[in-house]
Amino acid sequence: MLAAQPLAVEYTAASGALSTAWLLIALPALGAVVLLLLGRRADKWGHLLGCATVGISFVLGLWYFFTLRGLGNRSVSLDLYTLIISGNFKVNAGLLYDPLSAVFVLLITGVGFLIHVYSVGYMKDDPGRRRFFAYLNLFVAAMLLLVLGNSFLGLYFGWEGVGLASYLLIAFWYYKPEAATAAKKAFIMNRVGDVGLALAIFILFATLGSVSYQDVFSGVGRMSTTTVTAVTLLLLLGACGKSGQFPLQAWLPDAMEGPTPVSALIHAATMVTAGVYLIARANPLYNASHTGQLVVCSIGAITLLIGCIIGCAKDDIKRILAYSTVSQIGYMFLAVGLGGGAYAAGILHLLTHGFFKAGLFLGAGSVMHGMKDQVNIRRFGGLAKYMPITAATFGIGYLAIIGIPPLSGFFSKDPIIEHAFDRPGWTGWLFGGIALVGAGLTAFYMTRLMVLTFFGKPRWTEDIKHPHESPPSMTVAMIVLAVGSVAAGGLLAFHNALANWLNPVFGGATEQTPAEVAHKIPALAVTALVLVFVLAGVALAVVIFREGTAPQEQPARSVLVRAARANLYADAFNEAVFMRPGQWLARALVYVDNRGIDGLVNGLAAAVGGGSARLRRLQTGFVRSYALTMLGGAFLVVAALLVVRLG
Amino acid sequence: MNPTWYLILAAVLFIIGAVGVLVRRNAIVVFMCVELMLNAANLTLVTFSRINGTLDGQIMAFFVMVVAAAEVVVGLAILMSIFRTRRSASVDDANLLKY
Amino acid sequence: MSATALTTLAAGGGEMGTGEAITFWILGPISVIGALGMVLARNAIHSALFLVTTMFSLGVFYVLQGGPFIGMAQIIVYTGAIMILFLFVLMLVGRDSADSIVETLRGQRVAGIVLGLGFAGLLGTGLWKAVHGAQKTGLDAANQKGNVQAIAAKLFTQYVFAFEVTSALLITAAMGAMVLAHVERAKGEKRSQRERSQERFAPGNYPAPKPGPGVLATSHSVATPALLPDGEVAEGSVPAIVEAAAIEAHPDSLTTKQ
Repeated sequence: MLAAQPLAVEYTAASGALSTAWLLIALPALGAVVLLLLGRRADKWGHLLGCATVGISFVLGLWYFFTLRGLGNRSVSLDLYTLIISGNFKVNAGLLYDPLSAVFVLLITGVGFLIHVYSVGYMKDDPGRRRFFAYLNLFVAAMLLLVLGNSFLGLYFGWEGVGLASYLLIAFWYYKPEAATAAKKAFIMNRVGDVGLALAIFILFATLGSVSYQDVFSGVGRMSTTTVTAVTLLLLLGACGKSGQFPLQAWLPDAMEGPTPVSALIHAATMVTAGVYLIARANPLYNASHTGQLVVCSIGAITLLIGCIIGCAKDDIKRILAYSTVSQIGYMFLAVGLGGGAYAAGILHLLTHGFFKAGLFLGAGSVMHGMKDQVNIRRFGGLAKYMPITAATFGIGYLAIIGIPPLSGFFSKDPIIEHAFDRPGWTGWLFGGIALVGAGLTAFYMTRLMVLTFFGKPRWTEDIKHPHESPPSMTVAMIVLAVGSVAAGGLLAFHNALANWLNPVFGGATEQTPAEVAHKIPALAVTALVLVFVLAGVALAVVIFREGTAPQEQPARSVLVRAARANLYADAFNEAVFMRPGQWLARALVYVDNRGIDGLVNGLAAAVGGGSARLRRLQTGFVRSYALTMLGGAFLVVAALLVVRLG
Repeated sequence: MNPTWYLILAAVLFIIGAVGVLVRRNAIVVFMCVELMLNAANLTLVTFSRINGTLDGQIMAFFVMVVAAAEVVVGLAILMSIFRTRRSASVDDANLLKY
Repeated sequence: MSATALTTLAAGGGEMGTGEAITFWILGPISVIGALGMVLARNAIHSALFLVTTMFSLGVFYVLQGGPFIGMAQIIVYTGAIMILFLFVLMLVGRDSADSIVETLRGQRVAGIVLGLGFAGLLGTGLWKAVHGAQKTGLDAANQKGNVQAIAAKLFTQYVFAFEVTSALLITAAMGAMVLAHVERAKGEKRSQRERSQERFAPGNYPAPKPGPGVLATSHSVATPALLPDGEVAEGSVPAIVEAAAIEAHPDSLTTKQ
């Protein structure tokens, strides 16, 4: 799997229908502006406008998609206006609409629209619903800018925009201290990643003099290997921050403090996959750096294990799903790090994950909706009887995520594991093994979640009398997503549809379809192995949790459980290594500032003040003292005169 | 005998006047001391006039006398008005203009 | 006195003659004593008189050094006019606590004397080294046609502008003195004759003139109070200022003479 020779990347200018692609971004942005500026006057119809803008964007996205399909090279760029001119530095704000952008646009607007609709019901009683929709629209606009930008700068704009929207939405219930803290945590940890992204962009500009995709990807050959590796690692840092990958994964589970539709849209389906998009988009760079690819794979593998292990130990339904997200994005990182045909597999998993994870989150939200916003799965149980639609859609999502054929997860996860095993050398065995174990663990914790929530005897708290199914506005979205969870994988993987579609983006790399590659292990064997692991996980979970579980968390008997419950000490590590020294540093700086800097300034002022306070005592008001001083002065003058003239 | 002795005498008188200004508190006596210093200066002027053989020194002394007269007139008037308000002729009592 | 006589009186040669030296050595110490006396005398009037002595001596020195005009001016202007002005003001102001011997500013006296001596040393050395060996011309040639004439010739030609400016200075000084000494009262503050008369005859006030001092009775001093028929001191017969001075001078003088 050698790095593909960089091609001279050339995007044709957009024409016809596609020249209006900017509407995709403009509509949700307009919606956000209108909702935020009109304020309370828009309370009555704000949610409808929010849904409408995203819905229209989705329809437009479909239209553009089919238009694009008819084009020869399936990549158009659209120059909007010149954003920055500074000497030789010229940045055009432009859009790039190509197969990769197209599928992302469909995912974002499609899932986004469903979640907007779902939110209408979910946020019905919240006084801040209009604000919520404004932020959601802002997010959709920023996310579309992220995937449609034709340069790293455009991507960066969108990147920061979704970061802002994520912050605003996590802290939507800002009066809850946990929500506010979680929002700050997310923002700060994202900053760490954003620094990497910004530095990567700086290096690209310093080396190539441009940050547009076209110039960068055409100029990969002109960059030294070291530079490319540095850029890829820095881009990866940015991706890790946004996608909640190791070592920056700790913010994502806390982000579940936000409303559940936010968790579904931003922190499961779309925004957190921006890191995958970034790496997939920058594939010419990664193809040129083996080190970069290896690091991406390693990060993905580590993260998917971390996510699975912690997911097994959590009791909070949303946090389990969050760690599941972390883990699944780890799969995607592993895939895009493997390169070649795995790019398409990663994107495929991203799309299917978008469906089933959004569905799972919406199901979780529906459960919470019926259970007075409780999240502890130890206090659920037997809900399938009371929430049949939720249980069915959630169950479909569950089957999809653990990779039961023929649901979508099977078609997307299976190729990733195959590609991992295909990686040459011992790393192939390692990554493949990790992916395999991860699949088993995923099956275990998702089964645990499923069984404890929907089956067995009720273990509800006393105040829950009659759990109820959610209103149609919510269930509709869940049903649609469940259908997607069932069908998307098979449709997209059928005859390598998605891989062929994405061909222009990943260049010749995907031309070797999985079937044509000589596998280390036969594909069927891998599939069988995966299914064995999955079924083992499911069986284990069913056996353990068939009879329910203790309503309270039991003392951990093993080190692993204790570590997993403590998020594998990631928070403790961050606190000990970054927060405490940071606090010490800040305190030391405050001390230096108060005592040193201020002391110097104040001391100087005090010295001058004190000195003049003493000095002014000379001004006694006694004429005779002044006369004495005059005589002394005259004495000195005459003495000097005598010394000079006669001495 | 040498006219320089006049200069020495003038220096002595000048210093006595200067010390008088420093140690006396009665404003009128202080004024007198100032007059003594002016007179000592006049003596040097007249003596230098003699040593140099020109009359310019004497004319200068004449001008000094005029200025001294003007100074005394105004000074004593100020002193009177101070005394009228503060009932004191002590230079130490008029010390409001200070830190 | 003719110009020739003046010239004779004023020696003014390059070196001191014997007569001049004798005069110097008599009047020089006298002038120093006068100066010291002025500084040291507790009584301001004594100070003024000591200063007159010194100024008079200086006037003689001026005449001796070929400056009869300036010497006369010294005696007339200083000893005459200015010192009389001082005495007038002294009479107006009277004596007060400012004449106290006690020094209030710490170290002022010591510092003043030390600095003064040092300054004197510096001045003396400087003058001596600068002038002692120099050529002394003398004023004989300059005073050929008489001192007054020579001064007048210079004053009204070379120094005429400065001379005119002096007149402006003197006028200004006179105006300043008038402004400072003048007490203006607002029209409302002025009491009419009627009011003053009413006040005078108001109950509790003694309408007749205050008794004069007992000058002609027992002494030549206005500080002597008049005595009432029963031998008591007549209140108001001596001005307050004079009374205070008299009490200070003779603490027992006002005790009732029975």
